Amino acid sequence: MLETTPGAAPDTALTSRRLLLRPEQPAQLSVAVVLVAFVLFALPFLMNGYYTGYMTLVAIYAVVALGLGLLVGRVGLYSLGQGAVVQVGAWTGARLLFATSQPFPIVLIEAGLVTMAIGILIGLPALRMRGLYLALITLMFAGAITVILATVNFPNGGGGFTGYNGNFSHIPPIRRPSIAGSDPAYFRYAVVVAIVMFILVYAHLITRPGRAWAAIRQSEPAALAAGINIWFYKLWAFALASFITGVAGAVLAGQARYLYSINFTTQDSIILLAVVLMGGAYSLWGAVVAALLQQLLPAWLQSLGVSYAWLTIVFGVGVLQVLTTAPRGLADQFPKDMRKLGGLLWRLARRGAGAGRGPGSAPAAPASSARSGGAA
Amino acid sequence: MIEVTDMTVRYGGVTSLDALTVTFDKGICGLIGPNGAGKTTFFNVLSGFVRPTTGSVRAYGDDLLRLTHYRRARWGVRRTFQTEQAISELTVYDNVAMVSSSLRGAARRADVLGAIEFVGAGITPYAKVGSLTAGQRRLVEVARAAAAKPRLILLDEPAAGLPDEETVHLTSVIRAIPGHTGALTILVDHDMSLVSAVCETTTVLDFGKMIASGPTAAVLRDPQVMSAYLGTAEV
Repeated sequence: MLETTPGAAPDTALTSRRLLLRPEQPAQLSVAVVLVAFVLFALPFLMNGYYTGYMTLVAIYAVVALGLGLLVGRVGLYSLGQGAVVQVGAWTGARLLFATSQPFPIVLIEAGLVTMAIGILIGLPALRMRGLYLALITLMFAGAITVILATVNFPNGGGGFTGYNGNFSHIPPIRRPSIAGSDPAYFRYAVVVAIVMFILVYAHLITRPGRAWAAIRQSEPAALAAGINIWFYKLWAFALASFITGVAGAVLAGQARYLYSINFTTQDSIILLAVVLMGGAYSLWGAVVAALLQQLLPAWLQSLGVSYAWLTIVFGVGVLQVLTTAPRGLADQFPKDMRKLGGLLWRLARRGAGAGRGPGSAPAAPASSARSGGAA
Repeated sequence: MIEVTDMTVRYGGVTSLDALTVTFDKGICGLIGPNGAGKTTFFNVLSGFVRPTTGSVRAYGDDLLRLTHYRRARWGVRRTFQTEQAISELTVYDNVAMVSSSLRGAARRADVLGAIEFVGAGITPYAKVGSLTAGQRRLVEVARAAAAKPRLILLDEPAAGLPDEETVHLTSVIRAIPGHTGALTILVDHDMSLVSAVCETTTVLDFGKMIASGPTAAVLRDPQVMSAYLGTAEV
């Protein structure tokens, strides 16, 4: 096993192709493609207006959760201020949509860039802090933004820098892209934007920044020794998370059509961290699960007549449960549980068919179980 | 060739390195000494984790202490740690490609794959490091140290905790490092058979001072070294 085999020099082209494919990914990729196709082409016809609205929010908050998961899971930065970052993106997006006639995608990018600049400004001092202190600073930032936006209000088509018009009659809605005026079309639009953001983050994860983040998370000394500028890559993570959250905020502006600061509470930022931890901060799927928990679950409970205020308690218990039994979140635990369940059902089926061939010794792989059963 | 002059490191009231002046010339140099002699502190100073109170380090004519730690890696300083620090969620390739490199594109890929091939042991570039044995993870760290044109490689107890047959392979890999990379390699280890197998010269530290330096066989026979480092003459 420890023999060096000089004869087997790796074929560079072959190896690099294998590196691109990465053995575990084809299955995940095909699941993702099927799911996206279903969400884009079938789901809008299956949902009523109520759920279309909430599923649009799921698409938007999946991106927000992705940004927070990036911070928490990749570089270990716990931010309690992501709700405020969403607000910054929403405000900027709304302001630009009223003030200019630029195409919607351009506005999204601009809102992302403005939010990124503000995120970097917050990040510069905050990166010197860790854990609790960073959480506290970002929470205070969230509080500050909420207070500021409650004072200046969200743009509603008025003049001046704030774009706010105190006159409550004839408030125009925030513009949507011409191809996505209706709710189902805007849902599709939000999903496509979310996919682009997921691809952007994925592209980071599989290249140099992703390697740097993985190294920083496991071992800062090893990262330093490899010449990784830890401070720079942490700030990069902050900037990327702020950018995609800002874009999500601008999509939210087009979804809500009328923005009010009262709709953004500091509690949202805290719930957001809770659902990201529950969904799983270490995988891209975790962000989708987090968004479903945060947006779809309350909507569903409300449609059943249950107050969604209960969810705060449920999420509290859920975080405790996840952190003790499934630290990598539901997105990691659920497939494992399903595989275990599948193995269990398989063994039960075997035992049923083989009628008392002797106790199976609970092997992990059903195939080996079958073989040992046959040999017995 | 690196020249360390008058280096002192104090942690509070503890003097870890005490006006140490030492030169490492070429090839593989051993650095040994009892626990607390200052070996790891010395590595920490060279790789930039610790700033010495006084002293200078000239490496191939450059003043190493003026460079921040991540710039030192770009200059060519590499190190491994007492506790193995391969990143378990990345592939072997990504672990090695993590190190700063002036190479780009295909040349870089070839360099990384070359380093992985160099350490051998059947390690494939696309395997997740988390799935490897302890010895293989050590070798991934060595591959990272050997990639991207290193000039100074610091190995901190690379054989600690490894079973004998993996130590045998590691020994042959370490011995081949200077020929493969051209880098000056400094090895800290308590395993005297490893040190005498790979190091042409050896330096002995005790309480932050150099007590002996020279060809390994001669140094290990030095009575002063035996009493300081080995404690008794029974070894």
